[in-house]
Amino acid sequence: MAAGVATWLPFARAAAVGWLPLAKKIMPKPPVDKKSRNDEILFVNVSGLRFQTWKNTLDRYPDTLLGSSEKEFFYNEDTQEYFFDRDPEMFRHILNFYRTGKLHYPRQECIQAFDEELAFYGIVPDIIGDCCMEEYRDRKKENQERLAEDTEAEMATDTPLPPHSTHRERLWRAFENPHTSTMALVFYYVTGFFIAVSVIANVVETVPCRPLKGSKKDLPCGEKYSLPFFCMDTACVLIFTFEYVMRLFAAPSRCKFMRSVMSVIDVVAIMPYYIGLVMPENEDVSGAFVTLRVFRVFRIFKFSRHSQGLRILGYTLKSCASELGFLLFSLTMAIIIFATVMFYAEKGTKGTNFTSIPASFWYTIVTMTTLGYGDMVPNTIAGKIFGSICSLSGVLVIALPVPVIVSNFSRIYHQNQRADKMRAQQKVRLARIRLAKKGTTNAFLQYKEEGGFHNRDSDNALCLKNKSSFQHQHHHLLHCLEKTTNHEFTDELTFSEMCMTESVGYHTSRSTSISSQQGVSTSCCSRRAKRRAIRLANSTASVSRGSVQELDTLQVHKTSAGPQSRSSLNARTEDLKLNCEDRDFTAAIISIPTPPANTPDESLPPSPAIPGILRNSRTSSYTHETVKISSL
Amino acid sequence: MGLVMGAFSMQSKQVNYHTDKVDDDLELSVVCHRPEGLEKLEAQTNFSKKELQVLYRGFKNECPSGVVNEETFKQIYSQFFPHGDASTYAHYLFNAFDSSHNESIKFEDFVMALSILLRGTTTEKLQWTFNLYDINRDGYINKEEMTDIVKAIYDMMGRFTYPALRTDTPKQHVDAFFQKMDKNRDGVVTLDEFILSCQEDENIMRSLQLFENVI
Repeated sequence: MAAGVATWLPFARAAAVGWLPLAKKIMPKPPVDKKSRNDEILFVNVSGLRFQTWKNTLDRYPDTLLGSSEKEFFYNEDTQEYFFDRDPEMFRHILNFYRTGKLHYPRQECIQAFDEELAFYGIVPDIIGDCCMEEYRDRKKENQERLAEDTEAEMATDTPLPPHSTHRERLWRAFENPHTSTMALVFYYVTGFFIAVSVIANVVETVPCRPLKGSKKDLPCGEKYSLPFFCMDTACVLIFTFEYVMRLFAAPSRCKFMRSVMSVIDVVAIMPYYIGLVMPENEDVSGAFVTLRVFRVFRIFKFSRHSQGLRILGYTLKSCASELGFLLFSLTMAIIIFATVMFYAEKGTKGTNFTSIPASFWYTIVTMTTLGYGDMVPNTIAGKIFGSICSLSGVLVIALPVPVIVSNFSRIYHQNQRADKMRAQQKVRLARIRLAKKGTTNAFLQYKEEGGFHNRDSDNALCLKNKSSFQHQHHHLLHCLEKTTNHEFTDELTFSEMCMTESVGYHTSRSTSISSQQGVSTSCCSRRAKRRAIRLANSTASVSRGSVQELDTLQVHKTSAGPQSRSSLNARTEDLKLNCEDRDFTAAIISIPTPPANTPDESLPPSPAIPGILRNSRTSSYTHETVKISSL
Repeated sequence: MGLVMGAFSMQSKQVNYHTDKVDDDLELSVVCHRPEGLEKLEAQTNFSKKELQVLYRGFKNECPSGVVNEETFKQIYSQFFPHGDASTYAHYLFNAFDSSHNESIKFEDFVMALSILLRGTTTEKLQWTFNLYDINRDGYINKEEMTDIVKAIYDMMGRFTYPALRTDTPKQHVDAFFQKMDKNRDGVVTLDEFILSCQEDENIMRSLQLFENVI
């Protein structure tokens, strides 16, 4: 029931007195109304903007947040008001809904923000008033379409293949998105080239070449050099057939694939050749065969796989089907009308071209489209008058649906542009996210290094204070997780090292914390990782000697690339305090690689006992080394 | 030719241009009515200032122009009885409220009637009810008027009732009513007969007190 009706309820109940003398039975007892009848003014504070309203106003809609007891959760005892930490501008509209019973959609607001506010306040969007409903619906649909496009674009093309995909899936993927692999790209260009060759051959073979010796007549090149052309045609058809068969094999749903437009085009493009092969060299049938060759021109449509513009054109025409239909219908009607009129107008003339009404169709079409070939011309005055009316109306009829088609094309084209732009931006966005993630993980490891867990000396304490409490808590959380799983966060390099050591079965007398890490690495051993780890081990060899006993926190600026000696490492610790603010620093601890004792090819120093936790190492000082940033 | 084309091309959609009915509504809404002062109303009715304020705010919210016409009244009242057709009874009710008989209910009419119904004496209430039943305002309720009223009330019940409504149910109801109320058996009920008969009936008297706490 509408809200306003609620205010009339007391009146309706009062009017029930009129039934009393007629009542056959005793009236039931009225419900006891406990709450006070006095209307009071409520204060609603929305992000600092104070609204005041009668309690009754809000009570009109008891199934919303403000109308029910749910608003008590937001009641602030100190200030005696209801406080909502939401958009004050939007709240104005919400409150107006309670006051007037009509919900309006503010045109300048984002549709999603508005929806969120409505959801928060428990108001169903269906009650938007008629004045704003259309706009709301349009914007919402547009938004949803756009979101659907975006998710499609995200999911569709450039996502990496799932790890366990069959050959068939990979093949299909290569066909659909040639950019994914080099082979696919090569194939793509090759087919494109052959399509072009085939089309050009079709065109050129009808050009008249110089005649053979002894003959006067000009021959089309196709007949003069019939063998080369035949070979070229065969080659193209072979490639197209191969492509079609491959696609058919790789398609996830073969029936659907066979019904799709592109596959039909493919079939139509190669069929004439095969039909020509099996057709006997019969005079009668060869005429039909020649006609079949016309279908070879459909090969040009195969280009639509290669060109987005063609596809857009195709979509446009499909989406404007109704407008095109209307155009066709009205043109047909006009043609018939004018043809009839012209025929009867020119009937009397001797030797006229307008021999029948269908013959006049040609004249009408040529006139309405303002072509005016002049092969059929009216001679009588009436004919000329009607002919001029015909041409004038033709312009009008054709001009009407064109803007619709154009706008459709524009919309689809822009959609495509937007999709491409989104894809490009997506890459940048992902890169940025990755960078941010690295920052936090570095910070965490740095935090560990600074001994956030243990009470270190005052050198580090200063640094610790400079971190926000949020970071402290976050790091504490990560530490808790470490303690929970009895595993620790390291970086890729150390991880791969451990992989390597695992693979050669090296056991060291390490503390239990290290042994825990042996459980971590199980499956990552790639040759590359091994090689990297070995290189690292080699490079740190010179440094690790001295730093065996202690783990020092090394603070290295990201961009610094100078060689570092042991002494300089010590000196760096002073920089700790100063460069705390610098977000670029990472924890670099001399890692004591655990070289296997049994591999002679790796000349590494024997691994000493490593107290504490094995850390990752960062080698910025070795120029040919790749700088590894720790990542979780 | 353009005319022909135009005629043909419009075939898909019939566009009807009908005159605006909004114009009529516009006239009514332009007429604005303001009630008499709060003190005066307070003196005339049995409501306190606060109650009058609450009532007026609700009234004004629904009818910003300050008056209710019969159509709006019917719509509002029908919303309370979705099962059946409340328009007939609403019509009678509207006439009962419209004490000044000018086809519109102003806030004063509204509040006066409410005052009687909720805060009035039993005699006043019964008098108001008598006026409701007396459709032609001739001071007598005859059987036809009563049948109309009862039929209107039964219309509000709708079709689906238990037990099912029979065609002579209203008539029976009216006969029972006249049996009770028409003391001198002259076929009409006067105001005094009405009040007397009602005062004799315990149930009616008790029920009259039920609706006092509506506001």
